[in-house]
Amino acid sequence: MAQVLVVTSGKGGVGKTTSTASLGAALARDGAKVVVIDFDVGLRNLDLVLGAERRVVFDLINVINGVAKLSQALIRDKRLETLYLLPASQTRDKDALTEEGVAKVIEELRTKFDWIICDSPAGIERGAMLAMRYADAAIIVTNPEVSSVRDSDRIIGLLDSKTLKAERGERVEKHVLITRYNSSRAARGEMLSINDVLEILSTPLLGIIPESQEVLRASNVGSPVTLNNPLSAPARAYFDAAQRLKGEHVPMVVPSDGRGIFNKLFARKAA
Amino acid sequence: MRLFDLFRRGTAPIARERLQILLAHERGARSHPDLLGILREEIIAVIGRHVSFEPDKVQIKMDRGKTVSTLAVDIEIPNLDRISGLVPG
Repeated sequence: MAQVLVVTSGKGGVGKTTSTASLGAALARDGAKVVVIDFDVGLRNLDLVLGAERRVVFDLINVINGVAKLSQALIRDKRLETLYLLPASQTRDKDALTEEGVAKVIEELRTKFDWIICDSPAGIERGAMLAMRYADAAIIVTNPEVSSVRDSDRIIGLLDSKTLKAERGERVEKHVLITRYNSSRAARGEMLSINDVLEILSTPLLGIIPESQEVLRASNVGSPVTLNNPLSAPARAYFDAAQRLKGEHVPMVVPSDGRGIFNKLFARKAA
Repeated sequence: MRLFDLFRRGTAPIARERLQILLAHERGARSHPDLLGILREEIIAVIGRHVSFEPDKVQIKMDRGKTVSTLAVDIEIPNLDRISGLVPG
């Protein structure tokens, strides 16, 4: 049965789009049919991170308005044939995103895909609320930093009250994904630790993505890090997170900062 | 926290404590409206019924702590002999 996921955070710049693309690719690599939807109307970027920016013809709002059929708007990934993108519109008219319209699109996607991953815009405005509206599960992307944790807490409150599941008295399954984690800074007490974040948010952990230049490199070339460099530390962390989403038990690894001698040598060779 | 502790333990414990206090308040505010805000409005309204004062002579300070919060409303009220003509009743 199809799973609708929302990747959300409240705060901007924490890694929602990167995580959507990386997890989407990780799930699709195993053969699952995955669609990633960009809900950031006016400021779309998922197309860019996936390297599909030059292939966008129709978008989510075109489908809602009936200008295009879903099959016309879906863009198939060039590397993974089971990964699709439904881009956001560049129109400034955010009101074009309607609740009924989004419901219809999600319903149709449910019949065609195993995973429907909604990339939420930052903030708590219409786009963000609609991205979470029909979710079965939520990934709350959080940086170990005060403003991000505060916003995540706010989002958790909204997931528990403003989603369709919550209104029906059911629960949206919630997972925290910690991104940009720097183990040596956490060890020095300069950065909130994993336990600090989890204790404050009291929400289970999906994964810990280390801060890494591989993430930037991947977005530079328009390829999710899980495809661009599958053996890198952030890619491995995303693969583990994807396995956990499927309900598999994968031991949690707190990523080290990769400054061991072996890593240093290896990084030089790879560079 | 002493300076020495800052060097030894970093600033993360401060971040953690600030968040815990803040979120305890924000979570409470979701289920019932802002109590301190209501008190502030009502206290000012009650005083306004008896004396007139300049709105910009009102200083309101709030301090949200871990177990108790304080609300300090400091209103500058002109001396009665100077305003006796202004106050109804």
